Amino acid sequence: MRKILLTLLFALFGTTAYADGHCSKPSGSINILANDFPALRTFVETAKGCKGSADFKVTHSSEHNKIAVPALTANPSEFSARIAANSSIVPLMNQDLIRPMDDLVKKYGKGIQDSQLITIDGKVMAVAFMANTQHLYYREDVLKELGIPVPKTYEEVVAASEKIRASGKMQHPYAAAYKAGWNLAEEFVNMFIGHGGEFFKAGTAEPNINNAKGVATLNMLKKLASLSNPDYLTHDSEAIKVEWESGKVALMTLWASRSGTLLDDEGDAKITAATKLTGPATVGGGSIPAATLWWDGFTLAKNRSDSDAEATFIALAHAASNKKMVADAADQAVWLVEGFVPGPKSIGVIEAVKMGAKPYPMLPQMGLMHGALGSEIVEFLQGKESAEQALKDVEAAYISKAKEQGFL
Amino acid sequence: MPNKTFFWFFLPTGLAMILFIGLPIISTGIQSFYAQHDQVVKEVKKCDPFGCTVSIVVDQEATSILRDEKPLGKFNGFGTYIDRNHLAIEQISDFWKETDSFGEFINQVTNLPFYKALLFTLTYCLFVTPNVLLLGFIIALSLNAISRKIRGPLIFGTILPMIVTPLVGSLVLFWMIDAEGIIGANLQLMMEDPYLSLKSSRTLTWITIIIYGIWHHSPFAFVVFYAALQTVPQEPVEAAIIDGASRYQRIRHIVLPHIYPVVTFVALISLMDNFRVFEPIIGFSAEGSAQSLSWLIYDNLVNEEVILFGSAAATSMMTIIGIAILLAPVLIRTWKEFRTAR
Repeated sequence: MRKILLTLLFALFGTTAYADGHCSKPSGSINILANDFPALRTFVETAKGCKGSADFKVTHSSEHNKIAVPALTANPSEFSARIAANSSIVPLMNQDLIRPMDDLVKKYGKGIQDSQLITIDGKVMAVAFMANTQHLYYREDVLKELGIPVPKTYEEVVAASEKIRASGKMQHPYAAAYKAGWNLAEEFVNMFIGHGGEFFKAGTAEPNINNAKGVATLNMLKKLASLSNPDYLTHDSEAIKVEWESGKVALMTLWASRSGTLLDDEGDAKITAATKLTGPATVGGGSIPAATLWWDGFTLAKNRSDSDAEATFIALAHAASNKKMVADAADQAVWLVEGFVPGPKSIGVIEAVKMGAKPYPMLPQMGLMHGALGSEIVEFLQGKESAEQALKDVEAAYISKAKEQGFL
Repeated sequence: MPNKTFFWFFLPTGLAMILFIGLPIISTGIQSFYAQHDQVVKEVKKCDPFGCTVSIVVDQEATSILRDEKPLGKFNGFGTYIDRNHLAIEQISDFWKETDSFGEFINQVTNLPFYKALLFTLTYCLFVTPNVLLLGFIIALSLNAISRKIRGPLIFGTILPMIVTPLVGSLVLFWMIDAEGIIGANLQLMMEDPYLSLKSSRTLTWITIIIYGIWHHSPFAFVVFYAALQTVPQEPVEAAIIDGASRYQRIRHIVLPHIYPVVTFVALISLMDNFRVFEPIIGFSAEGSAQSLSWLIYDNLVNEEVILFGSAAATSMMTIIGIAILLAPVLIRTWKEFRTAR
């Protein structure tokens, strides 16, 4: 009898704990650095629900990339955890600023699925909780009216945009975040991968973009840019979102994580109702989409006491395995957490994964390439130099930087 | 002032200057001669939610041994200074050999990041500084001539551009000149060209930033000139009026010589400020079309996920040298005058 009671109690306790996501009431000091968008705010709020007696602080900033390395280099570091992504984990790895968390995962990470673990050389360096990518958004009403099918390739996007322009409905029917710098480089990365390009010669840090694939990539970017608002070089994701909401754009490449604010109740109800999502487009007859897959996950600072790391892990793991959070905030992101039921806003990412999209390259020297792309391809888009010259400049700028950093 | 008094008087300032200006510059200078150690990389298996791949990471154990031995990095001498992203000595000599015409050569050189930035920085200095001096002087003269009753509010209005935070000022203008903004859209209407954009054309972006620079810096020149105008003695001016000198002649022969040292001062400060032009580039999101030396430093430090300390330090040192060269003529002249005055 007693045994049955115990079993029952255990089962009961077990399930409640599971529904909550485990929380073993940590103590110590927790300080988190994260980017600033709704899904991450939800995630950190959920983690806060399991802070126990610990001191809980969080910094949400869109400038997180600029503070991360200096703040984590200090000893003890300012932050005990950093919410990172494929690209932003690389500088942390390069500088040896984050700690492996295998033992913590074993001890406290019961609800975390294996697929959430980012392992490098067999060690768990991050725990992912959401996925992101850029994909197509379209205005159903505009496409229907002109009898245009939903584009599946960028060639079709170009044709559709030209048709819309010719109809006189919209002057600049296409939009993507082409702001010179990081954003523009990201579009190049997507398009280059869509063409089947490899950024570096196999096994080395030698650049490999000055070729036919690079030229095709640039030409496609230029074609799309000519169908965008002429100020495209100054427009980031937020700016094109505003353009979309003002009804001046019918086709757009944008982050999946922005769909939540794009489809909320604010703004023109007609435009919101006609806004539809579809997978990322392919390009140049390729089969994989011209897009990169991203994950967002948490990492733990190395230069921080073990007890703080433990407390931080307990709180964040609570959120990273929280079924209630993913059910309540199903609209905000494509959660990688168990129990997530994808809604209509997750179509883009799910399609991208189905189509075999590649993740953003997690290479130590990729940041330098990204930086060189962001500033050197601008003159090509402005029509000031040839594609070959622009790619030659990118490679030369990259090589100088890579030499200074000791990669070449 | 006896030298000893001067010494004790200057000591606190001097110490602060050494601590907060001298030492950081020396440290930056040392930094600019070093590059990162050669990265030791190894192939490992990486797994994420999207699958596993084999690729490279930095080998931390091997790297930390190197770092502990030489924490400053690998000595690179002037290597960073002469690489492609800075002075690009090698590339320029190649261009010289390869190109047929001088125009083509200049084209190639100004395509290099450092020279591109230098070209913009110098153009900005060259257009903004004289215009700021001129505009500031004209405003000061005009305000000095009007009734005292309305002078207060007018002066306040005139120095507003200086009070407005540079970034905010440029952002306001940035939104106005957007293709959908009030100035941008009206320009398109006036020119009947729906593709006209102040932000996408390099020349127009440069002009916008230069006009913004003049707007922002003129009040400073105005305030200083206005103060100087109050010290112009009235007797010679009145004498000149009796002699029948025109207003222009009075300004040319009495007012200007009197406030000449102040003009030099404003010119110096303006040149220094303008050579470090930075905020409008960020405010106008003009990185694509206009890059300055200060922007290059910023880019090396924050825009990449990998921080390029050596590059940033080298550009900083060259900016300091650049300012010194620009200021040299004015400084030499002031020094000579100081000598003759003694």
